[in-house]
Amino acid sequence: MLQVNNIEVVYMNVIQVLRGVSLDVSDGKIIALLGANGAGKTTTLKAVSGMLRTEEGEVTDGSIDFDGERIDRYGPEDIAAMGISQAMEGRRVLEHLSVEENLLVGAYCRKDRAEVKRDIERVFNWFPKIKQLRRQMSGYLSGGEQQMLVIGRALMARPRLMLLDEPSLGLAPLLVEEIYEIIARINSEQRMAILLVEQNVRAALGIADYGYVMENGRVVLDGPAEKLKDNEDVREFYLGLSAVGSKKSYREVKHYRRRKRWLA
Amino acid sequence: MTFFLQLVVTGFALGMIYALIALGFVIILKCSEAFNIAQGHFVLIGGYLGYTFLVTFGLPIWGTLLMAILTAIIMGLLIERLILRPLVGQPVLAVIMVTIALATVLGGLATLIWGAEYKAYHGLLPTINLQIGSISVPSESLIGLIVSIVTVAILMLFLRYTKIGLAMRATAEDLQVVQSVGIKATTVYAVSWVIASIVGVIGGILLGGVSGANMELAEIGLKAFAVVLLGGVNSIGGAIVAGIILGMLENVAAGYLDPLLPGGGLAKVFPFIVMIIVLIFRPYGLFGLVRIERI
Ligand SMILES: Nc1ncnc2c1ncn2[C@@H]1O[C@H](COP(=O)(O)OP(=O)(O)O)[C@@H](O)[C@H]1O
Ligand SMILES: [Mg+2]
Repeated sequence: MLQVNNIEVVYMNVIQVLRGVSLDVSDGKIIALLGANGAGKTTTLKAVSGMLRTEEGEVTDGSIDFDGERIDRYGPEDIAAMGISQAMEGRRVLEHLSVEENLLVGAYCRKDRAEVKRDIERVFNWFPKIKQLRRQMSGYLSGGEQQMLVIGRALMARPRLMLLDEPSLGLAPLLVEEIYEIIARINSEQRMAILLVEQNVRAALGIADYGYVMENGRVVLDGPAEKLKDNEDVREFYLGLSAVGSKKSYREVKHYRRRKRWLA
Repeated sequence: MTFFLQLVVTGFALGMIYALIALGFVIILKCSEAFNIAQGHFVLIGGYLGYTFLVTFGLPIWGTLLMAILTAIIMGLLIERLILRPLVGQPVLAVIMVTIALATVLGGLATLIWGAEYKAYHGLLPTINLQIGSISVPSESLIGLIVSIVTVAILMLFLRYTKIGLAMRATAEDLQVVQSVGIKATTVYAVSWVIASIVGVIGGILLGGVSGANMELAEIGLKAFAVVLLGGVNSIGGAIVAGIILGMLENVAAGYLDPLLPGGGLAKVFPFIVMIIVLIFRPYGLFGLVRIERI
């Protein structure tokens, strides 16, 4: 459904951030995009959603196709209209609007008013915590509730592909678990594909079908989620499980290099 | 006491007109984060449009308002399309600079069309005399009050309950989010300029009905600016309250202070003095939106 083909992205004509990124999202799947801070995950999502232009960024090479149509020259409005919706990093709720108004904003481009009403209830069904808060100003919600609202808002567009940027950021582990369960449920109920950006590798690989690991603007590793979970480097540097008992030796040096490569 | 109440009542009506004009400011500010230096020039154009439709075309007040609103809509759309759209994505400062140019152009246009002359039309507004106890409310005040209250109410309902109104409030919060859900920022900007020019033009007709149309109407922009600062730059309710306060202060000052000083004119400065004092103690204005910070 979505193909990102070897794209390069440059900000303000000089700062090159992506150096050839390719990935593939097929119908109804959850694809995880992992990597440390500054690896270029958010930039990749912005390239897909067309939001790059609002930050003077540009796809200078490669292409992005959605259902066979090339979209890397389109603006964010057109891409949203095609069925891609993005829940941006950092819980960007519209603070002075109520919870319900936030959801309505997400459905802005839809004409079917009755269905929009039904979808609002559906979102509250998935996220019962924010249901009682529907008339509250969203700026006063807790972090977890705001994250639920932001995901709900993205869902209101009835997307076929949802881009989720670090939904676990700054949330307590239990909340992360709760939100991830709901994401997995929505994915299976709606048959909606999700491109999930995360630093919380454990949570992301828990629900993803396939994963890509980025580093310095490149994809350095990819594979089915199960395989990635077993990958030695992923285990060690992202999941914090190291092979115990190894001797300090030449291996240690190699290990250091490997570590440096991951965390650079 | 009667004299004082008289001043307060007419001041209230005047202040409501200031509030109306200031709302144009607030809306542009909320949507594009830019000060519209040309807001006073919408008032100027409105004053002269009032003369044209009332006197030259002999329309009744409601026909005049309707025609003026139509003109304002066209003016707002043209301004957005021709001078603001090319600036989308440019720094806010560029937008502010362009509104300075817009002010000059509108001023020039007024001179070109109406010859920068004083054009009186106060006798042409309908006369309604309202007597409350010992206070008589002059008809310009009453008309000003009714028209501005109705306009402000329509505007608030529009922002609260229409889809575009929702988009405008959302844009005021976070432009990127709004774009990411597929709302066209240019539509929101166009509507905000249309609203700014409508409230400016209506305000111009109401003020022109009192003082006649003249080039000085553009200075009302400065007063609207004071209203906005006093109310808290991004608060609609604040602008309304501050407009009324400034209108009353100006009138009361004109009634009591001006006779004391030879030459008068203190009334014009007095509201600004009050504004400065208030801002010293409340830098965000009376009702400035507080950033919601949760811990
Ligand atoms: N608008 C921007 N202008 C310039 N550089 C940017 C911009 N956004 C991100 N970058 C840079 O691009 C790199 C990747 O950022 P980002 O995509 O946000 O990474 P991630 O989401 O993986 O943490 C960082 O080095 C960051 O400084
Ligand atoms: Mg990021």
